[in-house]
Amino acid sequence: MPGIPVIGRPIDPERMLETVDPALKKQMADVALNAARAKGATYTDVRIGRYLNQFVVTREDKVQNIVNTESYGMGIRVIANGGWGFAATDKLDNDGIAKAAELAVAIAKENSRLLTEPVRLAPQKGYGEVSWKAPIEKNAFEVPIKEKVDLLLGVNSAAMKGGANYITSLLFLVNEQKYFASTDGSYIDQDIHRIWPAFFITAIDASSGKFETRNSLSTPIGMGYEYLNARPQDKIQGITTLYKGRYDMLEDAKAAGVQVKEKITAKSIEPGKYDVVLDPSHLWLTIHESAGHPTELDRVLGYEANFAGTSFLTLDKWESKKFNYGNKLVNIVADKTQGGSLGAVGYDDEGVKCGQWDVVKEGILVNYQAIRDQAHILGLNASQGCCYADNWSSVQFQRMPNISLQPGKEKKSVDDLIKGVEKGIYIVGDGSFSIDQQRYNFQFGGQLFYEIKNGKIAGMLKDVAYQSNTQEFWNSCAGIADQSDYRLGGSFFDGKGQPAQSSAVSHGCATTRFTGVNVINTSRKIG
Amino acid sequence: MAILTKEEAKALMQKALSYSKADECEVNLTGTDSGNIRYARNSVSTSGRISQSSLVVSSAYGKKSGVATINEFDDASLEKVVRRSEELAQLAPENPEYVSILGPQTYADAINFIPATAAITPKLRADAVAQSLQITKENKAIGAGFWEDTNGFSAMMNSKGLFAYNASTNVNFSITVRTEDGKGSGWATRGYNDVNKMDTGKVTKISTDKAVKSATAKAIEPGKYTVILEPAAVAVLLERIFGGLDARQADEGRSFLSMPGGKTRLGEKLVDERVNIYSDPLNPDLPTNTWTGDGRPQEKISWIEKGVVKNLSYSRYWAEKKGVKAIPGPDSAIMQGGTKTLEELIAGTKKGILVTRLYYIRDVDPQSLLLTGLTRDGTFYIENGKILYPVKNFRFNESPVIMLNNLEEIGITERIVSEESNNNYLLPPLKVRDFTFTSLSDAV
Repeated sequence: MPGIPVIGRPIDPERMLETVDPALKKQMADVALNAARAKGATYTDVRIGRYLNQFVVTREDKVQNIVNTESYGMGIRVIANGGWGFAATDKLDNDGIAKAAELAVAIAKENSRLLTEPVRLAPQKGYGEVSWKAPIEKNAFEVPIKEKVDLLLGVNSAAMKGGANYITSLLFLVNEQKYFASTDGSYIDQDIHRIWPAFFITAIDASSGKFETRNSLSTPIGMGYEYLNARPQDKIQGITTLYKGRYDMLEDAKAAGVQVKEKITAKSIEPGKYDVVLDPSHLWLTIHESAGHPTELDRVLGYEANFAGTSFLTLDKWESKKFNYGNKLVNIVADKTQGGSLGAVGYDDEGVKCGQWDVVKEGILVNYQAIRDQAHILGLNASQGCCYADNWSSVQFQRMPNISLQPGKEKKSVDDLIKGVEKGIYIVGDGSFSIDQQRYNFQFGGQLFYEIKNGKIAGMLKDVAYQSNTQEFWNSCAGIADQSDYRLGGSFFDGKGQPAQSSAVSHGCATTRFTGVNVINTSRKIG
Repeated sequence: MAILTKEEAKALMQKALSYSKADECEVNLTGTDSGNIRYARNSVSTSGRISQSSLVVSSAYGKKSGVATINEFDDASLEKVVRRSEELAQLAPENPEYVSILGPQTYADAINFIPATAAITPKLRADAVAQSLQITKENKAIGAGFWEDTNGFSAMMNSKGLFAYNASTNVNFSITVRTEDGKGSGWATRGYNDVNKMDTGKVTKISTDKAVKSATAKAIEPGKYTVILEPAAVAVLLERIFGGLDARQADEGRSFLSMPGGKTRLGEKLVDERVNIYSDPLNPDLPTNTWTGDGRPQEKISWIEKGVVKNLSYSRYWAEKKGVKAIPGPDSAIMQGGTKTLEELIAGTKKGILVTRLYYIRDVDPQSLLLTGLTRDGTFYIENGKILYPVKNFRFNESPVIMLNNLEEIGITERIVSEESNNNYLLPPLKVRDFTFTSLSDAV
């Protein structure tokens, strides 16, 4: 099971349904705006954040942990003497707020001697007092703990009946109550909900000491508890059942228990070149790493050089208007408004109304992801609304919007894609992932691997990982299923920045085929 | 109130415990003041200061427990948070793995708090960055770096009379330097408890030198090579072993430390007999806290001795079930070094690759602890004891366990920061044969 970071402090369940009156938040924000202005700030924004998480974690027949956390405080960002300063505090009386605002200005002034040029902010009109709420059907925090525990213990039991030796299952709920105010005249109140049901299964062959794992095929998603109410139309039947928009955790666990056993005796892959047919439950992560990150403008410009890295998609490639990121089938769109996505908000964390734009059009790089102090570099007179901070205590910076591969325009099913493959692998679910600091060379694993022989699924494989180069890979795209197969995948934990911050982001796509991809065998022996 | 003294923390926690009506009650109190400054393109970008504190109260009735937290510390708030944790405990399902809280323990006095680090000002941070930028600019190179200092305390107390307090400080600094044409990139990092040991100019010089020397790298075929891994590259591989020492995972058969038939590698030879790995909270070069969050003392523990797995870590529940001492996992780790410098390791190498840094490390197979990732910021070809030229970066697929079986030589241990986890370690450079590079990367 991957580490589940518990951010914030635990509280009792009833407090999860409370909200802070926007009038009180406006009052607090004005204290900060006025204090910073009085000390010489030429721009100030304030984020008052109440970040609520709930974790329900079980293993086999036991409840391991039920934790409710709350993180509440204020982050103040200023420009003074042309440079940025930031201070954050959880002491939210007038004195605590004013002191933090003054400290932010003092830091900006101290650092201004290290600037090569002053910050240039794209103009942004104030929206006055506005609000935005995620359009959820059922607030997951309102669902009784007992119902959640019963679901997870049922999932565990189903997986173990199927053949699993161990299972950890969890529900991870998020509610971000964010208030933004700035000297531009915006006071924006937003309510964002996310949910991630997941399980992690292990099966062991005691005599050989071999073990295999199978993770759930769910995705973190920007929805309420309705995500766990899958209807027949939300299921895609195939060699394994896949889920579109809603998720049947119990059904997936039953299948996983059987599949994890099957993996132990599955055929180990013969390394070589294969066509790969990638399900959206897998491909979202390849899109994230090879399309999402290299089009972040801060990486392109060098602001992430010391940690996450830079990007091979340099400005000259964009300026040329003819850089073949992929072939003509490849259309990639950035979108901060897509319904049900993790990145959907009304306004970003510097008060910019969110939208949608093309990043790669018919294979050509046409745009990046930018925020207010970068927009002028692209000749834009407005930000693209990509600013985000993971907490009130973190400074906001450029983060990835939802970045999605558009489905094929012609009617095409998954079977149609598989039919055309002579020697290939059908990959379902995300696994191991790694990519270099300029986003050229990557390697991905998965959860389920099926051999494709002469247009047909021939059985399960194991020990599979593929390696490629981003531009070669997207130019080897040989077919994308149509809109009816389009689904979202995503992560709660996209890491970037120093100090490191996590961001939640979705990536949509339909099943896609790539030709001639290098596949390695990952099996090794120790001792 | 971010930082409290031992006496102030004790008084506050005693007050909180005085409100408890549960069978057992335990409180953990923490506070941190942290500051950072970040720069890129030879110019400061973002920086800030964050102040936070919190009190966590755990109450238990039998095997039912509840947790609640607050960051207000007046009497009414303290009583409220204790009541709330008691209400949650009464609502919670019974946890069969709940273990009763510990009684009073004896802890060594920690040595990881340095007043000078706690007194860092915005001016000191800006001066440290100015010193670094002077070097990058003089060399017509482009610097991107990050400085982060923390001053914090943690304390705990419970209804069985346990009390613990620890103050600590740390400062980490790292810098990537790139040549103006983007063809060369170098990197270096250091971390200390004492800010007076941090020399941003010296670290920047190392990084700049790597950048200049790594420009215009040649491509050589991937394959199995003898490598010299600098301590920062060793850190990101070995910390997967340090973090995988859990006895329960091994006993359950789902760890690289598991063996067929339900056995584990505890007491078995795992790696080369020259490998000795231990943790020691009182090591003067890498001091850490002397107790864990559940009140167990952190002591000097040998994890791998002469290549044999000497100890595994246990949760209190698993130790009780197995009837063994509940040794907590290490806060950090130390690998015993040899006597050779990095330069001497290079001088003794007929053919090999020098690796400055490994990046984007991910588990590929938990059974063999196979990891993948890439070289970055200074990869060089060595022949007949000399660095001949820079080479293009590689992707590797290798297990640190296999790597420690293919050990050729161990260099002198130094303190280093893992860029994957931000943890500090004391580790040597290692010379290893048959390290597996599986493909080339165009990344600089």
